[in-house]
Order: sequence, then C-alpha cells, then structure tokens
Amino acid sequence: MIPAEFKYLFPSSVDEAVRMLAEEGEDAKVLAGGQSLVPVLRMRLAAPTALIDLGGLTELTGVRDDGDSLLIGAMTTHYEVQRDHLVQDHALLLKLVTDTVADPQVRHRGTFGGALAHADPAGDLLAPALALDAVMVIAGPGGRREVPAAEFFVDYFTTALAPDEILVDVRVPKYTGWSAHYEKLNRVAQAWSIVAVAAAVQVRDGSIAAARVGLTNVGAGPVRAVDVESALVGQEASADVISAAALRASSGDSYKDNLARVLTGRALTAAVAG
Amino acid sequence: MHISVNVDGVTYADEVEPRLLLVHYLRERLGKTGTVVGCDTGNCGACTVHLDGHSVKSCSLFAVQANGHEVTTIEGLARDGKLHPVQHAFRQNHALQCGFCTPGMIMQAIDLLADEPDPDDETVRKGLEGNLCRCTGYQNIVRAVQDAAQSMKPGAGPEIERHSDSDVGTAAAKQPVGGE
Amino acid sequence: MTATAEPEIGKARLRKEDARLITGQTRWTDNLQLTGMLHMAVLRSPVAHARITNIDVSRATAMPGVAVVFTGEDFAAEQGSLPCAWPITEDMKSPAAPALAVDRVNFAGEAVALVIADSAYHAADALAEIDVDYDELPVVLDMEEALLDNDLVHEDIGTNKCATWIFDSAEAGSGTDVEDEISAAEVVVERTFRQQRLIPAFMEPRSVVVDSTAGMFTVWSATQIPHILRWMLSAVTGISESKLRVIAPDVGGGFGGKLQVTPEELLCLLVARRMNRPVKWTETRTESMLSAHHGRDQIQKITLAARRDGTVTGLKVELLADMGAYLRLVTPGVPILGAFMFNAIYKFAAYRFVCTNVFTNKVPTDAYRGAGRPEATFAIERMMDELAVELDMDPMKLRELNWIKHEEFPFTSVAGLTYDSGNYEAATARAMELFDYEALREEQARRRADGSAVQLGIGISTYTEMCGLAPSRVLGALRYGAGGWETASIRMLPTGKVEVITGTSPHGQGHETVWSQIVADKLGVPFEDVEVLHGDTATSHKGMDSYGSRSLAVGGTALVQAADKVLAKARTLAAHMMECDEADVEFASGSFSVRGTSTARSLGDVVLAAHVAHDLPEGMEPGMDADATYDPDNFSYPHGTHLCAAEVDTETGMVKIVRYVAVDDVGTVMNPLIVDGQVHGGLAQGIAQALYEEATHDEMGTLTSATFADYLLPCAADLPSFITDRTTTPATSNPLGAKGVGEAGTIASTPAVVNSVLDAVRHLGVRDIEMPMSPERVWTALQGRGDPGAGDVAAGGLGSIDAQGGQS
Repeated sequence: MIPAEFKYLFPSSVDEAVRMLAEEGEDAKVLAGGQSLVPVLRMRLAAPTALIDLGGLTELTGVRDDGDSLLIGAMTTHYEVQRDHLVQDHALLLKLVTDTVADPQVRHRGTFGGALAHADPAGDLLAPALALDAVMVIAGPGGRREVPAAEFFVDYFTTALAPDEILVDVRVPKYTGWSAHYEKLNRVAQAWSIVAVAAAVQVRDGSIAAARVGLTNVGAGPVRAVDVESALVGQEASADVISAAALRASSGDSYKDNLARVLTGRALTAAVAG
Repeated sequence: MHISVNVDGVTYADEVEPRLLLVHYLRERLGKTGTVVGCDTGNCGACTVHLDGHSVKSCSLFAVQANGHEVTTIEGLARDGKLHPVQHAFRQNHALQCGFCTPGMIMQAIDLLADEPDPDDETVRKGLEGNLCRCTGYQNIVRAVQDAAQSMKPGAGPEIERHSDSDVGTAAAKQPVGGE
Repeated sequence: MTATAEPEIGKARLRKEDARLITGQTRWTDNLQLTGMLHMAVLRSPVAHARITNIDVSRATAMPGVAVVFTGEDFAAEQGSLPCAWPITEDMKSPAAPALAVDRVNFAGEAVALVIADSAYHAADALAEIDVDYDELPVVLDMEEALLDNDLVHEDIGTNKCATWIFDSAEAGSGTDVEDEISAAEVVVERTFRQQRLIPAFMEPRSVVVDSTAGMFTVWSATQIPHILRWMLSAVTGISESKLRVIAPDVGGGFGGKLQVTPEELLCLLVARRMNRPVKWTETRTESMLSAHHGRDQIQKITLAARRDGTVTGLKVELLADMGAYLRLVTPGVPILGAFMFNAIYKFAAYRFVCTNVFTNKVPTDAYRGAGRPEATFAIERMMDELAVELDMDPMKLRELNWIKHEEFPFTSVAGLTYDSGNYEAATARAMELFDYEALREEQARRRADGSAVQLGIGISTYTEMCGLAPSRVLGALRYGAGGWETASIRMLPTGKVEVITGTSPHGQGHETVWSQIVADKLGVPFEDVEVLHGDTATSHKGMDSYGSRSLAVGGTALVQAADKVLAKARTLAAHMMECDEADVEFASGSFSVRGTSTARSLGDVVLAAHVAHDLPEGMEPGMDADATYDPDNFSYPHGTHLCAAEVDTETGMVKIVRYVAVDDVGTVMNPLIVDGQVHGGLAQGIAQALYEEATHDEMGTLTSATFADYLLPCAADLPSFITDRTTTPATSNPLGAKGVGEAGTIASTPAVVNSVLDAVRHLGVRDIEMPMSPERVWTALQGRGDPGAGDVAAGGLGSIDAQGGQS
C-alpha cells in the first residue's frame, strides 16, 4: 500500500521542529520512529499534509543521569533503551517491558517517546510509564512544560500534547535496586497484548517497602493499580499477600478482568522473586 | 527531495518523492528486487534490510529517512561468489521452500546473531518474531540459524561477519561484510 | 556423462532452487518492468451487498499520471463470467461471476473500478478520487439463515442454496443403510463442529503482468496453475490459446490460494488488449485478504453409531458449506473432496454424506491446503475422541479396534475408494514410542489429581487422506470439468545434458530438485546435468499444474514413463550401434552393454548418435526425446499418526503445545529433506487453524481480519519444535511408490491439537471449544459460559487508530 503525498521536513533542532509544526498547522504530523505511523499512512488511515521527521535531532537520543531521575530522550530507540545501563540499573521495569515491544526490527527504529505519544492503549510502554510516575517533558511554542504520565494519557490514542507540541524527554524517577516483571498475554507473539501487567517492587528484609503496578489494555489508557499497590506496601513479600493484592486489580467478571487479576499475581510473584 | 544512500556498497544519488517507501526505492529505482514486500502493516518482515548494520523493515521507512545512511540488502551479502554463512546455512538446512520470506528471514537472522552469537532454540524463535513464513513451520529456519552460529564462531556481528567458503573450490581469505 | 554412484531417489539432496532464492536473484512477477508498462489499481467495494447506482470517475481520470479509469460497464460486453470448472450436480445454481462488478456487488472486496496509470503510486492516488454510489441491500452472512431464503445473495437465481450433493453407501452398494445402523446402535454420538473460515495467506502477494506486444499475449502470474489459466483465459475471452502464453515465474507459495482464475488476471488481459500496452497489477496484503479466495467454512453435523464394545457401525455427515458470493474455479467441489474421507481409516458398515452448498455475501471460498480433507479428518478424529469418552475407552484403543489392519490392504472403503496400501499399526507404534504416551498419561493424571492450574492433554489423530489428484475417469464421474493426468518430456541434448519439461508448476515444493533426482536415477546421469523447465506454457505446453499433493505421484510418474521411453529408444539404437540383438542389451549406471561382453556404449554416446543421425536403424527418427502423459488409476492414500501434548493454563485459557509427534507414511520418499519440510509447514498451518487463524466479519459483512495484524499467522515463537518420523508402505498405484506429502501435515494436525486441548479440560466440564481455540474461548468454556468468539486479536490495532493524535 502506498501513502498519500506529503511535505517532508527535516528539522535540525527542537526549536526548528516546533516552529515547523506551528507553521504547518494541525494537519502536520511528527515522524519519530514511524513504526506505527508509516503503516497508518500506507493504509491511508491518515493523510497528513506534512511530516516533520525528528530523525536528525541527536539531542533527543540517549539516556542521561539527572540526579534522582533518568532523562530518556524521546527519540531513543527501543533497542537503545533495552541496552542502556542506566535503565538497567535504575528502571529495570522499563527494560523488561521494552524487551517485549513488537519485534527486533521495530525496536531498532521505534522510539520510546514515539510509543508514548502514539498512546495506543495496547502499547506496552504506557502502563510502566504511568506506574513509574514518569513525567513528560514537552516542547512547544511557549517553551517547555512537564506533564506527569497520569495527566498525559487522556484517551485512546490521545495525549495531553497540543497539536503544536513535541514530546522531547521523559523523566523517570530512579528505582534503584527495585525488582520488576512484565507479564504479557497475547494470542501470538506479533499480536498486541490482550492484557499485560507491569510490576516493580522494592523488597526490604522480606517485606514490600514499595510497589508499582500498571495495567496495559484494560481501558482507554494505561491503568495504575493503586489498590493493589496499597495492599502490598508494608506487607510480607509472601504468596498470600500477593494473591490477596492481585484480586484488587479488577472487580469485574469479564475475561479481561480475570486476566488483570491473574497476570497481576504472576507479575508480582515474578518481581518479588527478583 | 535529493538523497544519497549507500546500498550494498554503492553510493546512489537520487531525487525521490518524500512518500517513496525505502523498499520501493530499492526495488523499483535501484532494481534490488531481492528485497520484497509481503504486507502493509510491518508484520511479515519480508522486506527486512540492514540500515547502518541493524535490521529494519524497509516497508516502514521512507527512502528519505535513509538519506546519508548505509543499506545492506540480501543482494549485498555474498561476496566474490561466496555466500554469507547464514545464506549457506539456510540452504544446508532446507530452511526455505517458496523463498519469498527468505531474504528478510536471512537479514534478520544475521542481525540476531550479531546480538546473540550462540542462541538457543527459544532465543532464535524470539529473535525472528518479526518475520513470517508460511511454508517451513520455522523448524529448519531455527536449525539453520543455530547452524550458522556455529560456523561463525568465535563471535559474530557486523564487524566480524565472515563469508562461507564452502561453496567454492578454493578457500579464499575470509572477508568482512562491507556496507554495514 | 558419468554413472551415479548411489541412488538419487531417497537422498537428502540440497535444493537446486535455493541458490537464487537465498541471494535475492529471484524472478517474482512483481519484479518485472516492461517498457511502457501501465499499472493497474483496483477499487474494491467497501460494502458486502449493494446495487451500484452511479460511478463518477471524472476526478480520478484527471489525476496526474492516470491513463484511464475503467468501470464494469466498460468491460460488460467482453468480460464474460469467471469460470467454475466443477458443476457438482446437474441442477447446481451458478450465478454469473463478472470480474469487474457492473451493477451489483455481492461481497466486500469485489472489484468495482480500475485505475490505469503510469505508476503504482499514481494509480493508488486516483483510487481515492473515484466516487461510487451504493444502494445497500440486505447482507446474507449466516449459512443457516441463508437457507431460509429470506434475503437473497443473487436475486436472479431465486435461492441461496447452490447445490446438494449426496453419497449414500446403501445406494452406492458399498455398505449398508446408515439409518438402519443408527436405529440399531447401542451408542449414538451426535456433534456439530464449525470449520472456521481461513485465509490461505501465501507470503507472496498475487501479481499479474500482461504484455500484448509481439502479436500475442504473454501473461505472467503468481499462479499455481499456468496451464489451466491459459485454457480458462482463452475460454472466457475467446483469445486463441495459441496467442496466449502464461508464465508462472518464481511463485511465493500457494497452498491452494493460487489455484484460481482470478478477476485480476482476466482484467489485466482485457486492459492490455484494450490499451495495447503492458499492464501490471500487484495486490496489497489487504487486497489479498479481501479478494483472494478463502478456505474451509463449513458447519458439520456428524452422527456416529457404534456398539458398546467400541465397534463403529454407521457414520452420517450433514454439511453446510459456505461458497461465499460466487463460484470460483473449484469452489463447489471442495467439500466433495472431503466426502470420501470422513470414514477415514475405520471400517464403517454404513456411511451417508450430504452436503448443501450455500451462497453468502462473503469472499468466495475455494481450495486451501487439504481442500475438503482437513474438514473430514477433523470431524472423524474429533468424533472418535467423543466416542471414546462416551464409552470410557482409551482413544487410541478405540481407533485400533476399528481401523483397517495392514493385512487387509488393498481395502475398499465404505465410501467406495480402494486404499492400496498402508500400515496404521506401524505408524502408530512408532508415534507412541516417540511420544512416550504412557509417561504423558501419568503426568496428566498427576496434574488432574493436584488440581494444577496448568493441565495437560493428549490429542490423537490417526488420519489418512486421498491425494495424487486424480484419475480422470473419477473426476469425470464427479462432473469435474478437466482431467487429472500429468505430462512430462525429456529432451536428451547432444552434449549429454538432460532437459526435463514438466506440466507440474511448483511454488516452493522443490520439483527442480526432485525431478532431477528421479531422472538422474532412471537415466544414470549426474543430478547436476538435469535441468527442469516448468511454469511456462511456451516450453511446457501441456499440464495440469500443482495442487492436491499430485505433483510427484502423477507428474513424477509421467516423468518415469518418459524416461522409460527414452531408454527404450536408446536401447534399440545401442543394439544397432553394438551390432547385437536388442534382447542382449543391458542398461546400468548410464551405460548400455552387451550381456556377457565388455562391449558398451554410454547413454551419451547413444544420444549423440541419435542426434547426428548418421547411422540409425531403419525407420528410427533422429533425436532422443520422449513425452509421456500419465493418468492415474487411483488416488494415493498417505496416512499417519499424530500425537499432540498441550498444556492449558486454566487461569488464562492459554494453550501451549509441549510435544508434537508426527509419524507419516507418505509412501516411498524421494528426498527426506523436502518431505520433512513439507510436513513441518503443513503442521504449522493445521495447528494455526486449531489455535490462531480465523477470517472474521462484522454484521455488515466487512472482513475485520484484513491485515496480518488481525489475521493471526503464527511466527517462530508461537510454534514448537516438531518430532517427525516416517514409516513406509509404498503406494502400489504408481511406479515410484509415492503417495504425496503436501497436505498431510495440515490434514492431520488440526484435530490432534483440538483433541489435546479438550483432553486437558474435559474433566473440568468442557465438552467442546470452537476453533480457533483462543485463550478467551478456552477460559470462557472453563467458566461454563457460551462461546464468546475468539476475542479481540488486536485491541488498539491499526483498524482503530485515530491517526490524528500523537507522534509515532
């Protein structure tokens, strides 16, 4: 399939990109890794008048240590995230989730920021971003602003990004020494998750000091399982505690509700086991 | 838009429409028809090539995005009549039937071995998640990749990929793959 | 020429085909670029059933690069009707099947208009500018509702019932009356199964190029059937066959999906004729899913009668088969190919098969790997498990009690076929050994006792199938429009090399390699010296192409016969050259000799002598070529035993195959490497039917699984390693002893997997789960709830993307 014509712009700085976005108006789109966007354009499900390719913005790639948090450039590829030592040491959950994103070819091109800005509710990175209290650093005509993940994901494929704004960095607090697990259920490896659960726990002396649990594809956006988290904190890191907490991941009796509970239990069990 | 792309060791300078997909640029402008298109959604992986040494799906990339970069296709692997070890292993292990997925499968297998020089069965299968084959049930593909890993020891990867000399009578010096 | 040291037949020869395929030196149809070539793009109906009230092409025609836009009106007078070669009954309803819709569309995806442009990009752009007004009609989707004839797919034929085809063993004299057996039975098991609609999903999208220059039409097509295509294109267009050359270059898989005379092939030909320019069409994957024929789609009501001791007595099969909106090449015959196989390897006294073919507003169905036989095997193998449960017997013991014993071959089945050879005991014994059946049963019992969250099940499929299509007289009796013979030619070249021309048309099967092995053995020439030509009607003028696991059993036999003719003539000439009596000439390892002497002439010497023709026996024609056409007497009957062990995660419904053993008896094996490869691929497709694949529609008849993001093909990570082995009872119906292997894996595996899943959860109250057995379906069944459908395959997939938001 063949995309419709568009104007192609290749900015060399974030400022230039923001300016271009403003000039081209609402029908322009930002091209990051393009692993979701290009198929959409090929299917002609979208026909933007202009594409602003961030591929030249080296300032947006890489992971930096910023004291209490990591700053992950929006154009950092999944492949780079998977192999980054800072991520491994301070945000293990993100690494484990990224390992499961799409397939190797897509991970070579697809970007961390692009996946978050695309906001596909079945996308793997939304739930951990939410659970880990990531903060989106956004550039727009008025400068930069920061939006917490909890406010960033608005609806299906919809974020707090204004049409003239670009996601440039993602600030992720450090979870040094936490253990984590991503439990994902899909019909075939290539398919999106039916439901997935991202869990990170901090275990001290056999008890759970802190926990973060995010659910993928149970609603219009990622869901933070706060009831599960609160049922864990301060408790012994035992099978019984986890089972009881996992039951709070969902209350309905649908298949997805069931999966939310089952996979939460499994994610936590694996995370606690380290 | 004007682009300059090195494909299989040759630098091409061309004027292209921004919407031209890299795979169509390769096939229709450069005549590199070894790389094929199997789907619209980036699922099948038949169009896999290497961009600066890493596997990518050339149907999910515009030619303009390859401007200034190096592309290696299935047609750039064999050198001086010698097959790449992965190509050789695919033949030795009957890892192809109709052969349509094969170029993408081989390009991805090479990428996989660059990261995982001695992969077990599961690692190979996961490493080929982005490539569909309808003929082989994957069994012989997995075997071929593991076989290639053995023949490429010690180590593997873009810098030290070596070519099989088993298809020629004289054992020439092993050469690294260029253009990656 | 030198003698070959060891027999080529049976050798694991690496494939000749691979050298070009692994280096990208391929010739796919879409690779072709001809001077002045135009590109065709097809506008397809977004609605499943409508009258076309208006088509406005004015804006599209004005688009850059567009030469012309055609609608159905433009070709109405010349496009005729796409052929259906299998009118299964005298009164079968066969609606006109225009390649390009004229005033009505009957399925979503039907071709409505054509853009002809200077590039594929320009053609795609113009498609978006064609305005079609549709007056929508009621959509007929469900087969049982369709039979009520409340809404009609084709008003002009007045019914949605296409045909009813019946086989009855009492009427045929091959058995007793099934109703008598059912009334007399101690046990009657009745079940209804659904064979979901599948999509063949060959990896190479279809592509057609037609060149009308040089005074004839050359048609390149990604087809399995260049010969049949040439015949049918000629029949539909009136263009003489002698002015049509069809070439199937490298073809990237078919699985029955390219056994078709497609609207696009015909349209490219008509456009090339109209425009006097070469024309290319290459489909997108979505187009392929929406318009290339689908497979399966049956509702099977099965009644099995048995005695308490486990002896089966009667089998009644009542099918509804979805034709889709039109009858394509062999659409109505696909379920009939299964009619003779429901009784399978078991000795039923009575058998009755009734199939009603039904029209719906969906993509036409047609052949897909196995075509009729997977459906039959599924039904009977599921029923044998159901009976075993009913009788509380071990399912393998029940099968053993009822199957044909090896000493009973040849065996005439209740469906009237004569199974020439087989040994079900041997294949089963080997499979049980490789599988470690008893140990797995113990493990299963342990998990049941523990109430483990992950239960284990064992599934059996002791299958046979009929292939090697087909004896022409049988096809005639079944009202099929063509024969089932195959042809081969051998040309002995003066340098000693051998050119083989075959009427088979490989698209991944490795005929170049195996045909070379056969000829090398027969003629004693080196494997490397044999070149196999195929897939071009200019070089291979005659053939019936490749499908139905026929190529080796039928086409290979023709090749053997051609080689025998070469040798017969060469023997006569050799006798002449060696001045001896022909009866004294011996042939071995590529050389003729006079018995008891050292006098010898190599085949190469004899061929050269024939070629120069300086001194030939009286009346002998120069040259050493031979043609042979072989029409089989019987089908061939591969069989085997497949065993599947699957884990079912009762908390999520996820199924994981933990062991899969396939022991197949495909007759004499020419090349074990290729046979194993065929089995592996067949297994993958059969397993995929059990667990993953399904063509789904919404209530408007729109295909909702029209991309590979939605139609779930398994990748390497989704499939296990298979354990395969073989037992061999050579086919007695052909000199090679070959039975065929192309479809066996697919036919056998689906019921093995489904039986294993049910075996894992039956003790939890589950009686059946529809295919594909998605985790949601399995879990829902475990909750004791009704079937929910397979569930979202891609919540948030491409189809639901709001492309306006976000960057990606």
